Amino acid sequence: MWSDLFLLPFLTGLCLALILPVLGCFLRLRDEWLAALAYAHVAAAGALLALVGGALPALGGMAAAALAGAGKRLFARRLAGGASFAVLLLGGWAIAVLLAANQPLAERLGHALFDGQLYFSGGAQLALVAPWAVFAGVALLLLSRHLLLARVYPDYFRARHLRAWPVMLGFDLIAALTLALATMTMGVMGGFALVFVPAWIAFRRAGSWRRGLTMAVLIGVVGYVTAFILALWLDQPFGPVLALLLIALGLVIA
Amino acid sequence: MSELLLQAKGLVAGWQRPATAPLDFTLENGQILGLTGPNGVGKTTILSALAGRSRVFSGELVLRPGLRLALQTQDVPPVDGLPLSGRELLALTEASPNGLPPWLAGRLDSRLDRLSGGQRHYLALWAILQAPADLVLLDEPTNNLDAAGVAHLVSALRERVAAGSGVMLVSHDHDFVAQVCDQIVVLRELTDVV
Repeated sequence: MWSDLFLLPFLTGLCLALILPVLGCFLRLRDEWLAALAYAHVAAAGALLALVGGALPALGGMAAAALAGAGKRLFARRLAGGASFAVLLLGGWAIAVLLAANQPLAERLGHALFDGQLYFSGGAQLALVAPWAVFAGVALLLLSRHLLLARVYPDYFRARHLRAWPVMLGFDLIAALTLALATMTMGVMGGFALVFVPAWIAFRRAGSWRRGLTMAVLIGVVGYVTAFILALWLDQPFGPVLALLLIALGLVIA
Repeated sequence: MSELLLQAKGLVAGWQRPATAPLDFTLENGQILGLTGPNGVGKTTILSALAGRSRVFSGELVLRPGLRLALQTQDVPPVDGLPLSGRELLALTEASPNGLPPWLAGRLDSRLDRLSGGQRHYLALWAILQAPADLVLLDEPTNNLDAAGVAHLVSALRERVAAGSGVMLVSHDHDFVAQVCDQIVVLRELTDVV
């Protein structure tokens, strides 16, 4: 377990296990938990497109997710009521599956992304994820008050002439890029499980927002470490083990 | 020293089309202005125009440059299922918990969705009433409040204007309006200033 072969993927996933539950709390606050699935599918499609085009899959995934996060505002009126995330999810899934079905190279990466294998991450991935997790954590802390205000007191927010779009665009980009990195590292559903389940439990059980964030991070980290050891020990793909473990935890605690 | 916060001359406001009769009023700091009248005459629309939400169709509405507004609407903050405590709600608008009634002060660390409707309403109202602002706009603040709540609100409003802010409120509660307001504007087909 402590050889580089396992240590680098473990540390990369651990960084994500710290930040994804926090992101999940903010997505749930905004009733946007479906965004996690949407950005993950778009990132998967972007990665496969990049691979087929001869570029780095990680860059393709991040570029596609960032484009989706920023671009959905252009169609905000037409895609109201969360429709943007459903459209992104369907579009991302369709492109990814078609690429995987027609390109042998894309098929292999597609399987890895959708099966949720963590063990392919190396030093380069960790060098990207670790600083990003720190940046995203600090940025979410800084945006936190305005995100909460915009949700709880939207009229107060407007009356104070606080500019909503930099906050919302900033949050969308952080969400899209974090989920793209999570998809590249632990697969579509592994990342989604860490976004959705800890926040779901925290919203049910925590007595305050601050305690909710702490609870979500604890659940994410404990679930991640346990799933990593279990998957290694049982020689199973990581993503499904993590998802089942978190679901079981959620059903008991929430 | 009194200072003019806002002035309306022949103000007609609305959403898609004009919804109010022309209206004149002024408000200085240290004053509470009440808007009353039957349903549908546009009381909330006037308040919304001050906050820049609804449109001014004609007339003049002049706000003091740099005026900081705090607006409480009739919409209940969507806190069901949200792990947000009362103390955290107040921190969001930078409102001080000092002066809260005893029946609420002891529940500040509870989740908002575990408070009664009245407690939740008063805390949401307090978060706006005590926010740093020059002009506080309140829409039907006595909704969901019992007699003790209304009495506490009256004294909190007087303290707020004594500290230098102005307050403009919309209410159907005539006793409350008569008790707390320095000026009352009744919105009708033809507007009378009482």
